[in-house]
Amino acid sequence: MRLRCPICGAPVEVPDDAMPGELVEHDCGVVLEVVRSGDEISLRPFQGVEEDWGE
Amino acid sequence: MPTALLLYDILRDEERLLLKALERFFRVKPLHVPSATMKMGSAAEAEVALERCVGFHRAIASAAAAESWGVRTVNSPLAIAVAGDKVLTTLALLRSGVPIPRTVLAFSVEGLVKAAKEVGYPAVVKPVHGSWGRLLALVNDEETARAIAEHRELLGPAYRVHYVQELVRKPGRDIRSMCIGDAVPVAIYRVSSHWITNTARGARAEPAPVTPELEDVTLRACRAVGVEVGGVDIVEDPERGLLVLEVNAVPEFKNIVRVTGFDVAGAIASYAYGLAKR
Ligand SMILES: Nc1ncnc2c1ncn2[C@@H]1O[C@H](COP(=O)(O)OP(=O)(O)OP(=O)(O)O)[C@@H](O)[C@H]1O
Ligand SMILES: [Zn+2]
Repeated sequence: MRLRCPICGAPVEVPDDAMPGELVEHDCGVVLEVVRSGDEISLRPFQGVEEDWGE
Repeated sequence: MPTALLLYDILRDEERLLLKALERFFRVKPLHVPSATMKMGSAAEAEVALERCVGFHRAIASAAAAESWGVRTVNSPLAIAVAGDKVLTTLALLRSGVPIPRTVLAFSVEGLVKAAKEVGYPAVVKPVHGSWGRLLALVNDEETARAIAEHRELLGPAYRVHYVQELVRKPGRDIRSMCIGDAVPVAIYRVSSHWITNTARGARAEPAPVTPELEDVTLRACRAVGVEVGGVDIVEDPERGLLVLEVNAVPEFKNIVRVTGFDVAGAIASYAYGLAKR
């Protein structure tokens, strides 16, 4: 499906079966996170994980 | 077919690989923890749960909820809590006789200065929580020790516990080994000219042989911490051999897969299947 980048407004292609927490890198340089509420999919700028923990 | 939960916050390559691998054995229910509610003590709707949340507190809480449902949860909330805390990890490792670098705790500016002197310069100062090699400091003399300590005072209470370690004279690399149940199927070197050799910081990954010593140290470290599926950070000391730095309870493994071709996700899924059948 085609959504809009909340930062630059340009269209972003997101797979229909996208899962919440999936990250999409947009051409404008921002990383977007897939948010789902019910059947609604939207995008928001990825804030990072507040207590980063990895590797 | 048994059911497996995948508890996650961000879907990284690792989580995608795990979802795919789990589907070979399980009905898979991905659970996006940040948008979920988890009633403590409700009835189990799955046989096993894999904890993959990147957020430390989120990982502990969601693993605890899954365990409260009677779901066999890997790793357990307690193991995650211990592994995510360098002080508690050190305690667990020492109790089990796992070799570690000389480590001194300090709680004040003057304390940190003394601790650095005690382990010897250059000394490494680490936050008790935290990852990807961030906020690690190399301290070469008393002046820097004091400066680092004063900066950390401003970062808040969590940063006023100083974890001070000798700098191990490792050969330009460290080792990341994977433990899956009772096996150590794969390991890599992380090679860098910088003393911090996290791949997140630009180190190069290369396959490493799983020697009997590496297997032994890895398994003992994971058992000490209570971790069943984990990544262990190990450094080679020229005299003392392998020394354990830490155990990661939600290990990243995409670099291991990339350079060794070993199917880490498949091995984890098959381990989980073994647990589900019990
Ligand atoms: N005492 C030490 N002596 C030598 N090198 C060290 C020491 N402690 C840490 N390092 C180097 O710094 C890297 C990061 O250290 P450590 O694993 O303790 O930090 P972390 O932020 O928890 O990392 P991770 O993301 O791997 O969990 C190690 O992989 C190692 O190469
Ligand atoms: Zn954009």
